[in-house]
Amino acid sequence: MKGMNFMIVGVGGQGTILVSDILAEVGMLAGLDSKKSDIMGLAVRGGSVSSHVRWAEKVGSPMNMLGTVDVLMASEPMEAMRAVEYLRKDSTVICNTYRVQPMLVSTGQAEYPSEAEVARCLGDASSRVITYDATAKSLEIGNVKTMNIVLLGTLSTLTDIAPEIWEQAITKYVPAKALEKNIAAFRAGREVK
Amino acid sequence: MKALLSGNEAIARGAYEAGVQVVTGYPGTPSSEIVETCAKLYGDEVYVEWSTNEKVAMDAAAGAAYSGKRAMVTTKQVGMNVLMDSLMYSVYTGAEAGLVVVTADDPGLFSSQNEQDNRWYSRLAKIPTLEPADSQEAKDFMKLAFELSEKFDTSVLFRSVMRISHCKTVVELEDRQENPRNLEKFPRNLPKYNCTAMYAKEMHLMIEEKIKRISEYAETLPINRVEWNDKKLGIITSGVCYAYVKEVFPNASVLKLGLTYPLPPRMIRDFAAGVEKVLVVEELDPILEEQIKAMGVDCVGKEYFPPCFELLPDRLMDIALEKGLLTEDPRRQSTQPVDTLPPRSPVLCAGCPHRSTYYNLAKMDIACAGDIGCYNLGAQPPFRAQHTMGAMGASIGQLHGMSIAGLPEVRVCTIGDSTFFHSGLAPLANMVHNESRGCVILMDNYTTAMTGHQDHPGTDYKVLRTNKARKIEIEPLVRALGVKMVKTVNAFDVKEVEEGLKECLAYDGPSVLITLGACFQLSKKIECTYEVDPAKCIACQQCFKAGCPAIMVSDEVNPKTGKKKSRIDPTLCAGCSICSQICPVKAISKKEA
Repeated sequence: MKGMNFMIVGVGGQGTILVSDILAEVGMLAGLDSKKSDIMGLAVRGGSVSSHVRWAEKVGSPMNMLGTVDVLMASEPMEAMRAVEYLRKDSTVICNTYRVQPMLVSTGQAEYPSEAEVARCLGDASSRVITYDATAKSLEIGNVKTMNIVLLGTLSTLTDIAPEIWEQAITKYVPAKALEKNIAAFRAGREVK
Repeated sequence: MKALLSGNEAIARGAYEAGVQVVTGYPGTPSSEIVETCAKLYGDEVYVEWSTNEKVAMDAAAGAAYSGKRAMVTTKQVGMNVLMDSLMYSVYTGAEAGLVVVTADDPGLFSSQNEQDNRWYSRLAKIPTLEPADSQEAKDFMKLAFELSEKFDTSVLFRSVMRISHCKTVVELEDRQENPRNLEKFPRNLPKYNCTAMYAKEMHLMIEEKIKRISEYAETLPINRVEWNDKKLGIITSGVCYAYVKEVFPNASVLKLGLTYPLPPRMIRDFAAGVEKVLVVEELDPILEEQIKAMGVDCVGKEYFPPCFELLPDRLMDIALEKGLLTEDPRRQSTQPVDTLPPRSPVLCAGCPHRSTYYNLAKMDIACAGDIGCYNLGAQPPFRAQHTMGAMGASIGQLHGMSIAGLPEVRVCTIGDSTFFHSGLAPLANMVHNESRGCVILMDNYTTAMTGHQDHPGTDYKVLRTNKARKIEIEPLVRALGVKMVKTVNAFDVKEVEEGLKECLAYDGPSVLITLGACFQLSKKIECTYEVDPAKCIACQQCFKAGCPAIMVSDEVNPKTGKKKSRIDPTLCAGCSICSQICPVKAISKKEA
C-alpha cells in the first residue's frame, strides 16, 4: 500500500471527526505511518469541520498542502466546495448530496449554490467526482449517523486494503450497540460505483 | 503495542507511564482531553479532578508533590495567566516528587481570546520547558519532564499547541513506572517550602545556579539533536514546526530542540558555524530567535516568518519561495477557492437555555459585559447582545467599572455557572462591598458546556459525570455574599426572564438574576417538537430573532409583504418552545404526536 492524503469535511454534529479517526486507524493497521489533524472547538455547534488524514512510510506534517489531496470525502456539498483548493486534477471527490443549510441560508439572507454550481465547481477541480445521497442510504439502513460510514465504504474501494481491516477499525470506534448498522453502512458504501 | 493517540491522549499516557499520582486542571480547549483521558483510562490508579480554576489546580498539585506524590496540572494557554501566581513559587521550592505543568497553546486562535505565547513564561519563571513535535514525543517528553523535575528539584513546563494536542499520530506504549518515593510525614522544611523573604533570597540564588546546570545538561540531552543534511541552509526549530520544516525543507540541516528552555548555547553555536545561513522557524513570538541572537549567532526569524497565526506547511512554502530559500514548488496546480460561499458560523444549539436571555437583551438593547463560554455566541447575529469578552470572570468586574463610570443607562453582565465559580465570586463580593449598581445574569446550565460538559463546584457530579458530588447551590451562595436582590427564573420562559430582568434592573444596587436551564447537549431530552401553521404565519420573521438553527424560511410567502413565512425543521427542533412564546400571532404550536 502506497501513501495517500485524505481530507474529510462536513458540518458539526455529522461525525466528521469520528470517521477521520477510523480512517487514520486503518492507515496504521495497514502498516503505514498515519497522522491526522482536525479542528474541534465549537464543532458540535453547527460550524464547518475539516480533518486531514495522511498515510505514508513516514508522514511529516499532519496537515496536507494545497493541491496534494488524493481523496476528498464530503458529508455536505457546500463543505466540499470550500475544500477544492486542496485538490488536483487526478484527485477523487466522494460527496454526499444531502444539504445542510447554514443559518444565513435558512433565514433567507444568502443563497445555497445550485446543483449545477456544485457540480461545476467539483468537476473543475477534479476529474473523478462520485456523488450520491448517503443520508438517504443511511436512513434506509436505519441510522442517519451512519451516513459518513457509507461514504467511507466508497472511499475504501479506492485503496487495496482488505475490508476486514476497515471493519476492525470501525468496530474500535463506533458504539457497540450501533456496530451492526455501521458495518451494514460500510458495506452499502462499497457497493456504490 | 502501537496506538494512534492524540497529543492530549499521549500526554496523559506519558504521565501515567511516568507514575503520575495526582492530575488536576481546569477545562479549556485545546487542553481538556488530558484530564479526561487520565480519568477515563487511568482513574483507578491516579487521582484526577477538575479543580475550580487553574490556580487552585496548581496549588493542589504542589501540595500533593510536597507530600511526595507525582503530580501534573493542565491548562489552556490563557489559564496559565491564572496559574502563574502559584507556578512562580513552585519553581522556587521544588518538591518531594515530580511536578509538571502542561500548557496547551492555541496559535491560530481556534478557540481562544488571544494568541499569547506561553514560552515567555519559561524565562519569567526560570522553569525548564519541553516541546514535543508529535504524539510519540508528547508521551516520551512527559516521562522526561518528570525525570527532570525530580533530578533538578524544580517544576517543569510542558508546552503543547492545538496541532499537537488535537492531532493523532502513532505511539508505542510502555508500562507504568511506580513512584518509589513514599513519605511518612509532610516535610517540615521551612527553608525549602516557606517562601518568606529570608528563605526566598537563598532560593533565588539556587535557581540561577540550577538553570545554569540544566543548560549544561541540555548540551548532551538526546532530545536536542542535529540532523545534518545540505549545509547551505540550517534551520533551528522545535515542537510542531519541526514537522512542518521536514515537510517543506526536506534537504536542509535541522537543529531540533526538545528542551526549549534553558537553551544549549554550544550546540547552537556549533550548528550555526556548520551551515551557510541559519533560519529560526517558530510560531508566534521570537523566543528562540532573540535568545539565539543574544548568543551572537547571526540568524533570520521573524523577518521572514510572521508572529501571527500558525506556520502551516503551505504558508512556510509560500514564504520559502518568496524569499528564494526554495526554487521549486512541489505543489501541483490547484483550483482556486470559492470565496462566495456563505459561512457556516457556530450558533446556540436548538434547545439552548441561553437563548431567552439574549433574545431579551437584544430586544431591550441593554449594555452587556460578557464572559467566556458558549454564551459568547450571544455576541453573534441575530442577538449581538454580549458587548465585551476578555477573560474568565471579567464580566462582573467590568460591570462594576461600568457602574463607577455611571453612564446614564442600565447595565448587565452575563456569566455561566462554571465561570462564576472559576473567578466570579471575588468580583461579586467587590460589587457588594463597593455598592455597585448593575445586574449580574448568572446563566446556570448545570455544567461547563463549551469545553465538553465538565463538572464544577455547582454540579452534583465529579469528573466524567460518573460519581456524585456535593453541589454548592448558587442562590444561597450569592445571598451569603451579601447580594440583597436575587431572582431565580426558568431560562425556558421568555416572559419570566424578561420580568426578572426588569425587576433586577430597577433595583438600586447589585442584583443577580439566575436563569436556570439544563444544557441541551447534556440532557438531549426531546419531549415534543413544534411546528408553524402556515395559515396563521404572517411572515413577520420575529421567530428568526431567536437565532435558532431549527427555524428557517419556507417556500410560502405572505402575498401582502412578499416576505417568506417560517417553518421548523422537525429533525433539528429540540422542543424548547421559545419560538412559540415569541410568535406574536400564535402560529407556532406543539406538533401532535
